[in-house]
Amino acid sequence: MYQMLNEGLIELKVNGEFRKALVRPADTLLFALRERLGLTGAKPGCENGDCGACTVLVDGWPIKSCLMLVAEAVGHEIQTVEGLNGAPIQTAFVDNFAFQCGYCTPGFIMNCQGLINIHPDASDEVMQEWLQSNICRCTSYQEITAAIKSVLVADES
Amino acid sequence: MIPFDFEYYRPESIASAIDTFQQLDTAEKQPMYYGGGTEIISMGRMNNLKTGAVIDLKDIADCKVMEFHQDQLVIGSSVTLTQIHEANLFPLLAQAGARIADHTIQNKITMGGNLCGTIIYKEAVLPLLLSDSLVSIAGPGGKRTIPINSIFKERMQLDKGEFVVQIKIEKQYLSCPYVHVKQTKQDKINYPLVTICAMSVGGGIRAAFSGVCDFPFRSTAMESELNNLALTLEERIDKAIALTPGLIPTNLEGSAEYRKFIMRGLLNSIINRLEGSNVSNA
Ligand SMILES: Cc1cc2nc3c(=O)[nH]c(=O)nc-3n(C[C@H](O)[C@H](O)[C@H](O)COP(=O)(O)OP(=O)(O)OC[C@H]3O[C@@H](n4cnc5c(N)ncnc54)[C@H](O)[C@@H]3O)c2cc1C
Ligand code: FES
Ligand code: FES
Repeated sequence: MYQMLNEGLIELKVNGEFRKALVRPADTLLFALRERLGLTGAKPGCENGDCGACTVLVDGWPIKSCLMLVAEAVGHEIQTVEGLNGAPIQTAFVDNFAFQCGYCTPGFIMNCQGLINIHPDASDEVMQEWLQSNICRCTSYQEITAAIKSVLVADES
Repeated sequence: MIPFDFEYYRPESIASAIDTFQQLDTAEKQPMYYGGGTEIISMGRMNNLKTGAVIDLKDIADCKVMEFHQDQLVIGSSVTLTQIHEANLFPLLAQAGARIADHTIQNKITMGGNLCGTIIYKEAVLPLLLSDSLVSIAGPGGKRTIPINSIFKERMQLDKGEFVVQIKIEKQYLSCPYVHVKQTKQDKINYPLVTICAMSVGGGIRAAFSGVCDFPFRSTAMESELNNLALTLEERIDKAIALTPGLIPTNLEGSAEYRKFIMRGLLNSIINRLEGSNVSNA
């Protein structure tokens, strides 16, 4: 049985690398990524599951890292925006001016990357369903939709 | 950040989970079973919940299944709403789950967590109530499998140390004509003002509700009125609403009168759809 009783070192697989982090069992994945591993791409917004700014991929699926304990992530593949390394969705966000202040951007990009991984041929309806998980205070929604559509369409062709 | 410490355990068998619970309980750690953790983390962060240890059920094989066993669909309590939606083996449950919170959180919320949580809506329970599902439970007293309609009375009535292992749904219900409607105050993603799941079984309509009272429910008394063909449609609906099994609250989401107004409209369209044309799957 995997167990973690006190603050201690755990090993996480993040962006393809094994990294050790000193964490409490009650720490969230968001806290561990930012404060222990220096990966500040995932942003704290509401910390309540509402805004999506903290979204990362766990085993390819978008997860709100504020609602995941770091202990739960042990043994799983975590990908943050730092691990994308200029993926097509990042270029598409730039090309489509899909941000203003940029605070929500890493969360949106990771959610979009999840959709591209899992449903590269997603319909507009499925795409909208997924995008509703993230909030943009600057209301860049149209441009974000255009960015993800350009990648999904590109994948189809 | 969660402002208190707790221990984390992830057992690999039912026996080990129960044993761990009992040991932690004896040590006065107020252990909690842990599904997706969305409620435990969000309430823990606000200090609305306290525990000294969580027992994560996600490594227990029985809690992870989603498969047919003879004439039953078996869904493990750690299966997520997304997994249920993607597999789409029980379309009404898939659709109800796909309207809980948002798509990303559905990757985390588990069947067991939605059923056993303290948040009053528990929308995934509605299809289970309509389909007379069975619930397999394990605890210090052993294992038992009982109808959800006997153990879900406003909430799951579990004994100390018990947890939900699986849900079992008879195949015949998976393809019954159904309607799922969720009306929120404003945004698509929100807690329900009124959610209704309805199913046509053997010519009669079954209906279960969330958001109407402080608990989700299915009422056979309401169903009798809804199916009373001697009355006009309006009378059937009014008599059914009068039998709502609890107080219809007035709160920030809406007044009791507004909720009844919404219920009337939704029930009217649901009955027309289920009794009207040959609805296969709504
Ligand atoms: C942003 C947001 C929006 C939401 N919107 C909705 C909504 O629209 N409709 C709705 O119905 N809900 C909604 N919820 C509530 C959500 O449904 C709950 O947080 C969720 O159902 C809890 O599931 P979980 O698997 O994460 O459970 P956990 O947080 O792990 O556990 C919740 C409770 O259930 C217990 N538990 C977990 N698994 C088991 C088991 N197998 N056996 C016995 N006990 C168990 C735990 O001990 C705990 O008490 C929302 C939540 C959030 C954060
Ligand atoms: S910070 Fe996680 S959803 Fe807002
Ligand atoms: S670009 Fe500012 S919040 Fe989205």
